[in-house]
Amino acid sequence: MNKERFKAWLDGDLDVMDSVLDLDETSDDSRDKQKEELKKLRRMIDRSGEARRVAKVETKGFYILYRCIAVISCVLLIGVLLFSIANLPRYGEENPETKEVVTRYVEKGVEETGAVNIVAGLILDYRAFDTLGESHVLFTALICVMILLRLDRKNTRTGYEDYYAIRNETAHRLYKEAIMRNVAAVLVPCIIVYGIYVLLNGQNGPGGGFSGGAVLGSAMIIFSAAFGFKVADRMITQKLCSLVTFIALSFYSFAKGYVFFTGANHLENHIPKGTPGAILSGGLILPLDIAVGLVVAFTMYGFFSLFMRGAIGRD
Amino acid sequence: MELTLTEIIKLILLLLLVICAVSVNFTKSLLQAVIIFLSYSSVMCLLWILMESPDLAITEAAVGAGVSGTLFLLTLRRIRSEHDSPDSGDGISGREDNEV
Repeated sequence: MNKERFKAWLDGDLDVMDSVLDLDETSDDSRDKQKEELKKLRRMIDRSGEARRVAKVETKGFYILYRCIAVISCVLLIGVLLFSIANLPRYGEENPETKEVVTRYVEKGVEETGAVNIVAGLILDYRAFDTLGESHVLFTALICVMILLRLDRKNTRTGYEDYYAIRNETAHRLYKEAIMRNVAAVLVPCIIVYGIYVLLNGQNGPGGGFSGGAVLGSAMIIFSAAFGFKVADRMITQKLCSLVTFIALSFYSFAKGYVFFTGANHLENHIPKGTPGAILSGGLILPLDIAVGLVVAFTMYGFFSLFMRGAIGRD
Repeated sequence: MELTLTEIIKLILLLLLVICAVSVNFTKSLLQAVIIFLSYSSVMCLLWILMESPDLAITEAAVGAGVSGTLFLLTLRRIRSEHDSPDSGDGISGREDNEV
């Protein structure tokens, strides 16, 4: 039975927030009506599928050519990649071309960045611009998803509006699955604490902005999936999401962008580096980690929320 | 060439990785393809740990196997429900159901 429900959910006929335990009888009627409309639409689409199948037979020659070209380009690409792999130095061996840079990072990394974790020192100090670009890529991706999926009065197609109104209404109803809610109530705090640990401990151990932010984002996703968007909207609104993302990104840009004005060679930190190994060490690395983590967490939640219902929060 | 236990595990995982990557392409059902792709991410996560890069392993587990799986499932659901809408007749026909 669960399998059927899952399939129905995947086909878009059923909302997860529609629970079996839901005793709201008035909505049954509208749901039946909605299902009938969906069936009618599906019949229309099947008819257009017939026409497509006919067109496919007519363009059969094109399909054969297309497949041949696809196979040839795949084989060529695999050949090029294998050839370049054969020219790479073996795994774990010294590479004479990049030897000086790597040696410098390994030998002087802790001293120069104050981070015990060399990876964190690399991505947030030596190569901080890379990470800046990556966070902006995430931000841009969120904006693109918003452009494509966000629903409001201006971009909702007529006739489609009721459909989404019904869906939004069900999404806002309190979710009544007991197992999911109880498991989430136990798990979500643990995941959040783990995410904060990973986020703050980036300069001393494995972790950092991206991984910690992703863990925090999944905690937010589990929370809103278990307790419904109505509860999640109390904390996470559209405004909060854009504000946090904006502040984090602009803080990062200012903190690392000043070298444009002071000259690229003037890269020293004015923030004390602290003892390597302590939580408050690594100079700018910890604040930058937090900024990146916040951007990633809110981007993940924003993706989920926009895919699920076409809005990040009440606006 | 003698094989230590770690290397044997590594080889098995790499084999699994290739099998996952190939079978994603040859799976008819989109849902099964998504699940196989998620197992690919999980295998890759173990491989990152064996290659001594725990940073990447955490990220792979959280993003690759967690968040992206959710997004894939939501996208599948979304394209199927969009497919049922009046003005998307030119959508990709991927469903085979006989209920109508």
